[in-house]
Amino acid sequence: MEPIRQHHGLVYPLNRANIDTDQIIPKQFLKRIERQGFGQFLFYNWRFNDDGAAREDFSLNQDKYAGASILVAGENFGCGSSREHAPWALQDFGFKVIIAPSFADIFYNNCTKNGILPVKLSEAEIETIVKKAEATKYLLTVNLEEQSVYDNAGFQTAFELPPYQREMLLNGWDEIAVTLTHEEKITAYEQLRS
Amino acid sequence: MAEPKTIIEKIWEQHVVHQEEGKPDLLYIDLHLVHEVTSPQAFEGLRMNGRKVRRPDRTFATMDHNVPTLDRYFVKDPVSKKQMETLKKNCEEFNVFLADIHHPDQGIVHVIGPELGLTQPGKTIVCGDSHTSTHGAFGALAFGIGTSEVEHVLATQTLWQAKPKTLNVKVNGELGTGVTAKDLILAIIAKFGVRFGTGYVIEYTGDAIRNLTMEERMTVCNMSIEAGARAGLISPDETTFAYLRGKRYAPEGEDFDAAVEKWQALATDEGARYDATVEIDASQVEPQVTWGTNPSMCIPISATIPVPEAAETASDQDEIKRALEYMGLEAGKPIANVPVDHVFIGSCTNSRLSDLRKAAEIVRGKKVNPAVQAIVVPGSQTVKLAAEAEGLNQIFKEAGFQWREAGCSMCLAMNDDIVPAGERCASTSNRNFEGRQGTGARTHLVSPEMAAAAAIEGHFVDVRNYTAKIYS
Repeated sequence: MEPIRQHHGLVYPLNRANIDTDQIIPKQFLKRIERQGFGQFLFYNWRFNDDGAAREDFSLNQDKYAGASILVAGENFGCGSSREHAPWALQDFGFKVIIAPSFADIFYNNCTKNGILPVKLSEAEIETIVKKAEATKYLLTVNLEEQSVYDNAGFQTAFELPPYQREMLLNGWDEIAVTLTHEEKITAYEQLRS
Repeated sequence: MAEPKTIIEKIWEQHVVHQEEGKPDLLYIDLHLVHEVTSPQAFEGLRMNGRKVRRPDRTFATMDHNVPTLDRYFVKDPVSKKQMETLKKNCEEFNVFLADIHHPDQGIVHVIGPELGLTQPGKTIVCGDSHTSTHGAFGALAFGIGTSEVEHVLATQTLWQAKPKTLNVKVNGELGTGVTAKDLILAIIAKFGVRFGTGYVIEYTGDAIRNLTMEERMTVCNMSIEAGARAGLISPDETTFAYLRGKRYAPEGEDFDAAVEKWQALATDEGARYDATVEIDASQVEPQVTWGTNPSMCIPISATIPVPEAAETASDQDEIKRALEYMGLEAGKPIANVPVDHVFIGSCTNSRLSDLRKAAEIVRGKKVNPAVQAIVVPGSQTVKLAAEAEGLNQIFKEAGFQWREAGCSMCLAMNDDIVPAGERCASTSNRNFEGRQGTGARTHLVSPEMAAAAAIEGHFVDVRNYTAKIYS
């Protein structure tokens, strides 16, 4: 996967709690056998009418969010199904960072396996970001090395991330290759247990 | 004396392959269940890197999500068909056993694992499916994973996992007559919310849990993920062992007795400490119906639909408003008056033989309301044949239900079993998210008994009144 060290980009605020993976990518698009091409289906039922026309009442369709790469959402983002198609769709659409007060466990993991940076901030910080991003074109910088988020107008905060996930994201390592360096231990475990 | 431990800690310690400061543990995986939707990209990853499946003997595949339930051999959607064919090719290439559409063991992955005896106490079990928590009913540590992790397990038979926190969900008292395991887990999620289990593995304890059958325990553990917990389990006991005895992949004879001894030792020790504990009184639980767009938006059948203004915060009010709008419901009205267009009895939550038996008892000799389309989708081919041997199919068909072939079906509508936009379904499945059963479809989660009664009446009804004579 692509390493991610620092990202500077446009913020798209979707201030709802409990956005589930069925909303991020509806089930009718899970049938493809590739990893690519899911971006067009992101938030499909919210973005499009039955006839395929873009819904004006859904904010992601607004011009001012075109090219957004930082998604800011409410609590428990990515709950529900384990479908990795959800982070694939977000990434393919152009999102590189997702900021929320909390994430569902499986979704959080899936992000870090794909070079998407999940950032947990407090509800108050998110409220600040959402307000700014709703009002104007709002850019943020997210620095994984320093574990910081800041804008050019004085907003700055820090975030936590487990050290292992941080290292994997910073280096873009192939996790399987890392694990296979422990091959002898896996074999020893299997011999002991069988 | 050794420090008392929970079953979660015991299973964890038995599976650590490698431990290192500042890293998650490298955990060995005993059983990897595979299905057609979340595996193709994982197999492709192996191919691209010239890797093999490390332990085909610990890997078991089936097809369930896309499988048609009318004519199972005719997959209309070419993309679904390709996904199923891809699984077949991958299993052949990587030497993985596949219970495909022609195989008598085919069924929903979380139904067939237990019924074949693949699911056993103390195992670590994963699958690219969030309802893998179902297998926790046996005292296994079972959790859903994404496709990257599927590839990782295929290649290494391990996963990097941070040790989870432990959460005791203690269910005191006894469930009332006509109140089911489904009502219990819905009531738990309604009370504590959709994220109280995030970061935890749940152990369900207490008298009400001990009194559940294995199939009821599976229903409870199945929905752990709807509370945010990747895994939920129950310490094994005589109920567990009795269920497993004689199952195809369970140990036999003396080996079984030896296994039982090991399994007994897994149960949580007296005095073991959890990171958190919540309690609920089973005797207070009524039959439940969800009204909204996540499983915590759930009320007893006697209750009225929530009023947004009664919620404390503005964001909660917004969430309720949006849900009511999507669901086409009026705040303050009794849920029992809400008419249904569809009834779905099936899914990894409620499609086992006992679920079908209970629903059949409700519909026996009655007729499905003419305004309702009702289908029964057994969880596996084995369940289907067993139900037919008892004549359950006849009871359902005479009442006006459609009797289908095994698969995930209308739980997530990846096959042709779709609820049309704006229509309402009483469903025994596990998720009432927007669009889950079809774009614009409105899902109400209920028990099989409640779904069956709704099919007959054409609206929700308190199954306890409805069935007084059945339970007496």
